[in-house]
Amino acid sequence: MPGRQSLAYALRRLAQAVPTVLVIAAMNFLVLQLAPGDAAEVLAGEAGSATPEFMAQLRKSFGLDQPLGVQLLLYIKQLVTLDLGFSFRHNMPVIELIGSRLFPTLLLMVSVLLISVIVGTLLGAFAARNLNRWQDNLISMLTVLAYATPVFWAGLMLIVVFSINLGWFPTSGMQQVAAFHEGFAKVRDIAHHLVLPAVTLTMFYLALYTRLMRASVLEQFSMDYVVTARAKGLTESQIARRHVLRNAVLPVLTMAGVQVGGLLGGAVVVETVFAWPGLGLLAYESLFARDLNLLLGIFFICTCLVVVVNLVVDVAYSLLDPRIELR
Amino acid sequence: MATALKGGILRFLRHRPAVAGLALLLAVLLAAALAGVIYPGDPFAIVGKPFQPPFSEHLLGTDTLGRDLAAGLLHGARTTLLVGVVATLIASVVGITIGGLAGYFGGRLDSLLMRFTELFQTIPFFLFAILLVAVLGASIRSVIFAIAVVSWPPMARLVRGEFMAMRNREFVQACVSLGMGHTRIIVVHILPNTLSSIIVTGSLMVATAILIESGLSFLGLSDANTMSWGFIIGSGRTVLRTAWWICAVPGLAILLTVMAINLVGDGLNDALNPRLRSL
Amino acid sequence: MNSGQPLLSIQGLSVSLPASADRRHAVDGVSLDLWRNEILCVVGESGSGKSVMSRAVLGLFPSRHVQPSAGRIVFEGEDLLQATPERLRDLRGNRIAMIFQEPMTALNPVLRIGAQIDEVLEIHRSGDGAARRARVLDLLAAVNLPDPQQILSAYPHQLSGGQRQRAMIAMALALEPDILIADEPTTALDVTTQAQILLLIRELQRKKGMGVIFVTHDFGVVAEIADRIAVMQHGRLVEQGSADQVLNQPQAAYTRSLLAAVPSLTPGPKRDFSGQPVVLSVNALSKSYRSGGGLFGGRFGKPGRSVDALAAVSFSVRRGETVGIVGESGSGKSTAARCIARLINADSGQIMVEGTDIAALSSRALRPVRRRMQMVFQDPFGSLNPRRTVGQLIAEGPIVHGVNQATAHARALDLLELVGLERRAAARFPHEFSGGQRQRIGLARALALEPAILVADEPVSALDVSVQDQVLKLLADIRNRLGLTVLFITHDLRVASQVCDSIVVMHKGRVVESGPVADVYARPAHAYTQALLAAVPGRHWSHDNDARSAAAPAPALP
Repeated sequence: MPGRQSLAYALRRLAQAVPTVLVIAAMNFLVLQLAPGDAAEVLAGEAGSATPEFMAQLRKSFGLDQPLGVQLLLYIKQLVTLDLGFSFRHNMPVIELIGSRLFPTLLLMVSVLLISVIVGTLLGAFAARNLNRWQDNLISMLTVLAYATPVFWAGLMLIVVFSINLGWFPTSGMQQVAAFHEGFAKVRDIAHHLVLPAVTLTMFYLALYTRLMRASVLEQFSMDYVVTARAKGLTESQIARRHVLRNAVLPVLTMAGVQVGGLLGGAVVVETVFAWPGLGLLAYESLFARDLNLLLGIFFICTCLVVVVNLVVDVAYSLLDPRIELR
Repeated sequence: MATALKGGILRFLRHRPAVAGLALLLAVLLAAALAGVIYPGDPFAIVGKPFQPPFSEHLLGTDTLGRDLAAGLLHGARTTLLVGVVATLIASVVGITIGGLAGYFGGRLDSLLMRFTELFQTIPFFLFAILLVAVLGASIRSVIFAIAVVSWPPMARLVRGEFMAMRNREFVQACVSLGMGHTRIIVVHILPNTLSSIIVTGSLMVATAILIESGLSFLGLSDANTMSWGFIIGSGRTVLRTAWWICAVPGLAILLTVMAINLVGDGLNDALNPRLRSL
Repeated sequence: MNSGQPLLSIQGLSVSLPASADRRHAVDGVSLDLWRNEILCVVGESGSGKSVMSRAVLGLFPSRHVQPSAGRIVFEGEDLLQATPERLRDLRGNRIAMIFQEPMTALNPVLRIGAQIDEVLEIHRSGDGAARRARVLDLLAAVNLPDPQQILSAYPHQLSGGQRQRAMIAMALALEPDILIADEPTTALDVTTQAQILLLIRELQRKKGMGVIFVTHDFGVVAEIADRIAVMQHGRLVEQGSADQVLNQPQAAYTRSLLAAVPSLTPGPKRDFSGQPVVLSVNALSKSYRSGGGLFGGRFGKPGRSVDALAAVSFSVRRGETVGIVGESGSGKSTAARCIARLINADSGQIMVEGTDIAALSSRALRPVRRRMQMVFQDPFGSLNPRRTVGQLIAEGPIVHGVNQATAHARALDLLELVGLERRAAARFPHEFSGGQRQRIGLARALALEPAILVADEPVSALDVSVQDQVLKLLADIRNRLGLTVLFITHDLRVASQVCDSIVVMHKGRVVESGPVADVYARPAHAYTQALLAAVPGRHWSHDNDARSAAAPAPALP
């Protein structure tokens, strides 16, 4: 589809996302109200670590003496302008803190998304082409196993085998702590640390997309246009490559879009298992530090992240399927 | 009707993996049911020296504090299955209601409900669970609530799709022209035709719920006084190098249970929705 | 006629079905010849095996379980059934080409039209990129597609049904094959579009001297274009011969009964209803659909598109009369029927049923009126709830309106007999019945509430022609016995002439003409009606009413 139309589509979807973000912000507010204690105490984080002046200012900026509706609007305004408060434990504004931890999570999510979709598509197509033969049965068995494996447990077992026993990969973290690599060495180091966490999270999604792709390819092969293609004189593999593949991958992309929320959730778990310094680990830590404000901030940003990634997947889908109206 | 059911059961039984899954599932259910009989008493009780490997004095060894792993496993089965089923039931009721209303009535209501559903699908669930626990405290109730909140959208989508398709089928239009009310049409005509899809989806939802529950209790977000598989795994994290079985065994239990449910779900799908339904 | 060898010779072909099917062979010992420069029409009802046979030529079997078990298919001295896959692929699209029924699904939805046509040329190594592109444009022009450049880069969903079928024809003829096999290529098209495509196929066939195998179930189409005809039933060849022979002097009993079942375009004797009161009248009924525009109805930027499904439609029906609403897809006839039956709500206008305007009634106020007007639907497979027994389905209407269960069930049994089914059928499920039987059940269900008016929405369109004939006769019989008033929606002008007293012709949501059937057919006033009548295939061929009933044996109930 022409580039300009895609841009218009992307902008339109972005506009549609605005109400979603606002509602999430309102939900944050709701959760805030549910928490015990004064909202300002909650927002200030750990009790006692804020100065009285700061608390007073907090109360004023959140309008805690105003009716609830006004409070909601003020809160939403703050969220939308990315004023997410201040974290005393880390001694920096929340938004900065989140910003510093965003990259690892993004790296993990994007690499898992790409690998699971691409490899899943190829594996699924391969299984479908070898229907009911040993390749297909083997892949089926493996996907059934992977689909049933809890992510955190898979991570732990991978650590046991590949880190502890074989020593091929580090057990945790994103970089070697005291090494301070630069440039390409840094990239290599990060990649080395990325392997186990990425493999752990990829397993489930790889299984999901493989199964989906396989079913999708089989379904496409029973379609009329395949008969037409045969009547034109194409070989089966020509049909698979030129006709079926592109049609079959569409449901996989749709599912990938739907699964982004779950993917982020899985990233949270993987980060805690591997001490991967991303937003998930930060959220986990903030729970036990009783830093609700930080937690709410992370929640908001992460949801926005999901919305953005969803959008990207949608636009990618629209590039492949000309039937989507891009007016 | 009876012949259709019998046909379905026969088709299920012909599906070997499904039968294996069913057998496995029954074994797990049995173990959960008999937990109190085989290992009476508190699974948190200390029965021996810590870090004993499996097949030593205790069948599956002991954990970091000397608790019997096998007892923990059987009692944990209860929690896990209970949470999984209850959360799925709640999510199903919510999902069927929302999806059914959206699919049946269509129009503005449908748009609204679908935006609502999409919203819940954008929420990253583990973060949401963490948030919920932060606010409501760690308990079985908050875990069930968290899982239910996150699980209902797929059911809503499915039911909406089915109801929409049914709504446009001529036999439903015939019901309208015969003067039937909405309730009768939905309950007597549409629901029975969508039941098989709901059952299959529901069974797969239980599997997902179990995975989420184990993740939450692994992270320490569940009730610390209730034994569950995730909890055991979480407690064994720090001794991964030495007593790796503490993590391995309960995880294997989770894997087998979830796999069993998935296989049964697949078998149900084949049995209830045969590709070549006799016309 | 032709001398020498036939272009294609099918000799004793048998195609077996898997063990689970209801018969052993899809095609059973069929022998046919196709000569150069002729159109051979293969005619049959569903299950006749005509489609499987046509696909057997190119080896396009639906699955591994449906395979040829005997016979030869000889083309240029070679038995195609013994050909290697490479040889078959070499011939496909090149010397023998095929087009199919559903152009929407027969084309790949994510590839451009130009790319799909180009593919045939590329696969068979016919020239380089530029030469192929030029050829594709020529082909698109040759099938009378306007603006070939635009069509070249368009996707299938952007074209109309007729345009898609033309594109498919262009694709099939790209390499100038000797044989074109067409499997029901016009069945999914409107009557006027069908007429154009038939004309196109005949022109192209004459121009290139091809041999065409044209599979169809429609004798009108056969009468329109066939040079020779082959009739199939249950996988066997029942009769073959020249068009004139088979159509006018059929030898086989089956052929005769099939021909007798085709409704004539000449309406029967007129029935006079001028003395009867008007029981149903529609006044300025309008409905438009808005598409697009999102949740906020287009106020936030993207405007929707508005389509007038109905634009000020008005007509009236007298008691006992059968009025037909005739039109093509998109004419609004189905929308009108659904508005009248209050399955959807019109935007404006009146619907007077026995003096009451039901257009604006609430659901509750509508309930008693629903007893007076019932509907019969088109799809025999979708119009009955598969999980309810036949008896439950028929009795449910009365039960919902307060009749006690025992009475309702007893009445259901009576109704089953009335529609020509056994009383035992009440305990069985819809899937145990054939299409024609299911339509009878649908009719019984509609009659259960003892309505005065019956709205029939294309009730026989999905049925085979012999079954259609029986259901129409049943309908006429019941209508006469019970004094029913019928609103009959159809796209088939022959059916309308057989069963309707007067017709209303609709086009793009408007009524363009109405009046007694005989008058409208004989002297159509509006240009669209004229075009519609001119497009009916085989309209010059007719079957004498008296000769039909005398010569044809009574066909068995389906």
